[in-house]
Amino acid sequence: MAIEANGKVFETDEEGYLVTLADWEPVVAEEMAKEDDLELTDEHWDIINFLREYYEEYQIAPAVRVLTKAVGKKLGKEKGNSKYLYGLFPYGPGKQACRFAGLPKPTGCI
Amino acid sequence: MSETIKKFMYLNRRAPYGTIYAWESLEVVLIGAAFDQDVSLAFIGDGVYQLLEGQDTSESDMKNFSTTYKALGDYDVTKLYVEKESLEERGLTLDDLMPLTWEDEDDDWAEKDSIRLVSRAELADVLDDQDIVYSF
Repeated sequence: MAIEANGKVFETDEEGYLVTLADWEPVVAEEMAKEDDLELTDEHWDIINFLREYYEEYQIAPAVRVLTKAVGKKLGKEKGNSKYLYGLFPYGPGKQACRFAGLPKPTGCI
Repeated sequence: MSETIKKFMYLNRRAPYGTIYAWESLEVVLIGAAFDQDVSLAFIGDGVYQLLEGQDTSESDMKNFSTTYKALGDYDVTKLYVEKESLEERGLTLDDLMPLTWEDEDDDWAEKDSIRLVSRAELADVLDDQDIVYSF
């Protein structure tokens, strides 16, 4: 599978995750969101950017529980809860947001 | 939900690269951390190399996953036993290892050390006390 944007082809795996992390560009997230009928707002980008920074630092996509706690600490308590995160990413902040961010599926996510 | 909390110990005995054991162990730990058990890790023998500061895999094809150990605190994995004799036998001290900490939510997010230096005899007691030991 693949995503086409900006005249480029971005290869994805059978579950829609980007194959090569380094290929990621913001347009990848926008295209993936479009396919999921989502429009990305600044609030979405806060989480996507947060996930990319987390991966950069720790080399893993965090579990939802860890993401929730870390978001609360970094972006404020009102955002560090699963209701807020699922509101932004209805298919799950772990799976969907990580996919948009070009990360692999979170470790432990089935 | 079961209320029985068991003590899980992940025993790491091998150098980080060259085999997949160290990374596999780490992944199992991160997955298992979701189940609210009492998790601890121990590093013995060449396993202590997994925690070395300043790992560089650029000359190999392996991903440098050493920074992932720093995420363990986020996963509430806060007990990392390092065997003193294993360090000494390799000419290493605690200062050669990455500083690994966790933040104690119940203590105003105070940063606390995750690494516990223990002697072989002390570690034997810790292992004795476990319900389940996974050896990697």
